[in-house]
This record gives sequence, C-alpha cells and structure tokens, in this order.
Amino acid sequence: MEAIQKHQGTAVPLNRSNVDTDQIIPKQFLKRIERTGFGQFLFYNWRFDEDGNVREDFVLNNSAYHDGTILLAGENFGCGSSREHAPWALLDYGFRVIIAPSFADIFYNNALKNGIIPVQMDEEQVQQWIKRAEKSELELTVDLQEQIVRDDEREVPFDIPAYHRENLLNGLDEIALTLKHEAAITAFEQAAE
Amino acid sequence: MGKPETIVDKIWRNHMVHQEEGKPDLMYIDLHLIHEVTSPQAFEGLRLNNRSVRRPDLTYATMDHNVPTKNRDVIEDEISKKQMETLRKNCKDFGITLADMFHPDQGIVHVIGPQLGLTQPGKTIVCGDSHTSTHGAFGALAFGIGTSEVEHVLATQTLWQKRPKTLNVHVEGDLGTGVTAKDLILAIISKFGVRFGTGYVIEYTGEAIRNLSMEGRMTVCNMSIEAGARAGLISPDKTTVEFLRDKPNVPQGEAFEAKAAEWLALATDEGAEYDETVTINAEDIEPQVSWGTNPGMCVPVNSETPDISESENPDEVARALEYMGLEEKQPIQSIDIDHVFIGSCTNSRITDLRKAASIVEGHQVSDGVRAIVVPGSFGTKLQAEKEGLDTIFKEAGFEWRESGCSMCLAMNDDIVPPGGRCASTSNRNFEGRQGNGARTHLVSPEMAAAAAIEGHFVDVRKFAANIYS
Repeated sequence: MEAIQKHQGTAVPLNRSNVDTDQIIPKQFLKRIERTGFGQFLFYNWRFDEDGNVREDFVLNNSAYHDGTILLAGENFGCGSSREHAPWALLDYGFRVIIAPSFADIFYNNALKNGIIPVQMDEEQVQQWIKRAEKSELELTVDLQEQIVRDDEREVPFDIPAYHRENLLNGLDEIALTLKHEAAITAFEQAAE
Repeated sequence: MGKPETIVDKIWRNHMVHQEEGKPDLMYIDLHLIHEVTSPQAFEGLRLNNRSVRRPDLTYATMDHNVPTKNRDVIEDEISKKQMETLRKNCKDFGITLADMFHPDQGIVHVIGPQLGLTQPGKTIVCGDSHTSTHGAFGALAFGIGTSEVEHVLATQTLWQKRPKTLNVHVEGDLGTGVTAKDLILAIISKFGVRFGTGYVIEYTGEAIRNLSMEGRMTVCNMSIEAGARAGLISPDKTTVEFLRDKPNVPQGEAFEAKAAEWLALATDEGAEYDETVTINAEDIEPQVSWGTNPGMCVPVNSETPDISESENPDEVARALEYMGLEEKQPIQSIDIDHVFIGSCTNSRITDLRKAASIVEGHQVSDGVRAIVVPGSFGTKLQAEKEGLDTIFKEAGFEWRESGCSMCLAMNDDIVPPGGRCASTSNRNFEGRQGNGARTHLVSPEMAAAAAIEGHFVDVRKFAANIYS
C-alpha cells in the first residue's frame, strides 16, 4: 500500500446517499484477476448509458472535475457488496480521499487497506462543500497526520482510529505486522486443540 | 456467576489472540470460505510475498458467482473461465479443498457451509462476500471481508477487529400464514433503514425468531448487511442442534451430544445487555415487495409506492421511482413483471423451493414471463428432484437450472435485460444489479411464485390453500 500523509486536490461532488458498491464498480467488471485497471469502469452505469454513450449530466463526465481526487458523497457510502474492486476502481481512477457523513463498514475497511482516506464528517459540513464544489472549483487539503481538512477559509477536524492512521501514514504491510504475533497465534491454536 | 453475557461477548472472548491498548483485537478465524471472484488477488499477494496459507484445513472453496447454470461444459466467457481456472490452480497450489463446478458439494458458498456442517455455533466465519452474515443463523459470528482481509486470513488465520457494538432486534409475536422470514427481514430494514446496523452486530431475538426454521433464520441473517450490519446472528437452540445433527463435518454419536451442549451454552444469558435494542411486532407484518433501488424501499403488497412529496427524502424517492419506471402512489399489485428469479443465498434452500413449488403446483407461468429456479447447491437440486419439485416447476413453465449465484448479481449469463422487471427472491435491488437497466423487486419465494403465475404482484395469501407450512 502506498503511504499517504497529506493530500491536496479538487473536490468532486456526488450528492447521493447510499452509493452502493454495485454502482461504484458493476459486476460485469469483477472477473479480472488483477488489482489494477478498474478505474476505467468506475461508476460505469452512471457514466455511460446502455448503448455506451456518455451521460453528460453525470459529475465525472463534467470536464471541470476531470482532475478531481477527493470525492464528496452522501450518507452510507460504499454500502452493499464487499467487493474490494470498489476502492481499487476509485484509486485507479485517481481518488485518494472520500469525504462522507458515514461509510458502510466493509467499504471503510477496504478503503483503509488501499491507501484511500475515508474521512467521516458531519453531514452539514459535507453538504456545504458539495454545494460549493457544484458551483465552482473547490480545493481541499486533507492532512492525515493532523486529522484536519482545510478549505480556503478554515480547518475542520476529523477522526480516524489510531491504528489505521498509523498504517496509512506509513503504508505498512499489515500481514507482516500480524506475523510478529505468530507465537500468540500458535499458542492460541495449541490451546484450542 | 459472572456478569451475564451476550453470545457476541462469548464468541469474542473465545477467539481473542492478542489484545493491546490503542489497537483493534487480533481475532482467530475458525472458518474461511472462499470463491472465485474475491480471492485471486489475495493469492497473488501471497505469492508476491512468498507466503503460504496458514490453515488450509480451515479454508474451504467453491465456485458460485460466475458459474453457468445452464450448460456447464463450455464456459463461453473467457474472463470468467480464467477466473475459475485461477481458483482451481490456487486451491491446488495451496492445498485447499475445492467444491469445483462438477463436485457434488458445489453450491452457493452460504448454502453449502451449513449443509456440510462446516458452519457451527460459536465459530468465527469469514468470506470475501458480504452475505457471509448468513451463517450467523447458527450462532456463529460471521461477516464479509474484502480481498486484502482474505489475504490476511489466508496468511495468518486472524483478523484485526474492533469489537462491534451489539444491537438486539427483538421480534415479538409470530408471523401470520403466508408471511415469511423474507417479509420479516424486509419489513425490519424498511422500518429501521439501510444503515441502522452500521457498526453493530445484530442479534435477532423473540418469539418469531425462535419459531423460524434454520432456513428462515438464514434468510433473516443473510440480509443483516442490507441493514448495514456486517454480522447478524441468532443464539443457538434446539432447532439449531437438530439441523446440524448427522451433518458431515460435525461430531457424530455421543460426541455430538457433548458438542451440542457446548453450543447451547453460547446462547445469550438472561439479563445480558446490548448497546441498543429495537422492537418490531411480527403480527403487523404483511408480505413485502420492494419498489425502489435499495432494500429499505419496501412496502406491503396491498399498498402502493410512496407519495414523493410526503417522503422524508423526496429526491431519493423520485430518483428511485424513475429508475424503476414506476409512478408515485402506484398500487403494488398493478406492477407487471416479465422475469421471476427464485434463487440466491437468501432464498434457494430446499424449504424455499418447497414453498414456491406449493404455490406453483397446478398453475402456469403467465404469458410473457420468463421464470427460472436456481437451487442453492447441487445437493439442494438433487433433494428437490427426489421430491419431484423440478417436475412441478417445469410443468408450470419454469426453467430448472444448475446451482449458483446466477441472476442475483448476473455475473454469468442469467441477466435481466435493460428495462426488464424481475420479481426476485434475492437480496439487492440496487440499480443494474440483475443487469444494466434491469429493475428488481425483492420478494419471498412464495410471492415470486405467485407473481410468476399472475404476471404481476399479488398477495400470496390469495393462494391460501397452497401455502406450505
């Protein structure tokens, strides 16, 4: 996992709640056996119609947001299927931060394992940024070390559990960390027998 | 006597490998189920880091998401074929048992786990699939994980987990005739919403839950994730024990009785405290039909779609109705369907098929409706054929298929076409779930069967004489 400490980028407003992982990456694209190359399929059915034509009204098809790397969304982002292809697609497309009032549990974990910062913020704040980003370009800076998001006026704090923050900041290999506890795992197995 | 504990407390305590301040707990995993879609990248990760599978004996694989349900001899989709071949190779290389496409134990991972007795009370069970919550029906702590976590479990047989909060969903009273476990869970999600379970493990309690068969309990726990909860479970009781008796992977004879006593002791203690409790009365629940694009968007069959301006979130409701091609305040029974899918990890077990068949018997699928039955496993299919259920379905005009996930997520060829409308016994009515532009209505197997016959939704209680109990 690529370490991430601080990220500055353009915000992309996706003002919908309960965005499920079937929308983030539809099932027809889950057959690949690699972790890469999913970005082209991100939000596929929202980006393209049934004949493959671009849906002009979808935010990712608006050229103003083509360089966006911070996604602003509504409640319960990433609900539904556990497919890690969802964060793989977001990351491959270029998103490094998702800001939403709440996340589905499995998606939240999957994002953390892939160097995406899931920033949980109160709904009023997210809505305020969504409204601003819909009108004109909104640049945000997400500082994971300080757990702060900055816009041009102020700093808004957020919280990510210390353990996950540490892993993100350092891009740690979690399996290697766990294997340091191998003696405890073996002891547990022996006791269970 | 110590402090009364919930079943979650007990399972947590029994699986703690390591605990330290400021970190999640390191939990041991008793059973890791894998399938072809969410595992290839995990095995790739192991290879890249020169790691092995710590406990192949606690890992069990099958093919379900991608497999064709019609002709299995030729897999036309090259990418699907490669994914299946990759699982075959990975299982061989790492010494993992695989119920391959032609294996007698093949089936949907959440159907075969219980059938094989791999799913047992008190176990921690994970799978790279959000409907792993199904196994909670047995009093196991079972939840879906992503592929990075699949890799982590393969390598270490553990997971770092923050202890979840507990939510008691207490169901008073009993369900009426023709009202099923599916209607119960849909009613729960529509009442409390698609995110009320986020951050919690749900324990389902109360009379209606106790009276459910194991298949019914699996249906309820299966859809916990649609309420936001990674896991949902039910304390084991006599019904649990009797289901597991004589299953292949459980102790046999006297050893079984000893094991059963251990299982029963896991049940939540009298007076144990939950972080939250909500209550619903089963007697108020009617057969449900989803009208929108998430499982919380459900109403009783005798009602109508919502009034947009009266809704809590008018934009969301309007958008969902538009996608679904429905009007506001439209009577549910006026909605014509062109597809019926009876299957999925929610409703494809033998009792589901018996119940649907009892409605279908002596009737014909309505003109213009394509109806398919996809048994949850090869074993379920054989059992149904032994009972003659396949004949009932086929004579009525249903297609009778091989087992797999099929039209629940339409990764194989079982797809609802754009604009098509499906009465489905599956678990998700998300946009495009059953096919790009497809419209899904979630219902019970009985309601799906009745819709197949009538060509539109009807109250299954109209078929009162046929309702199987």
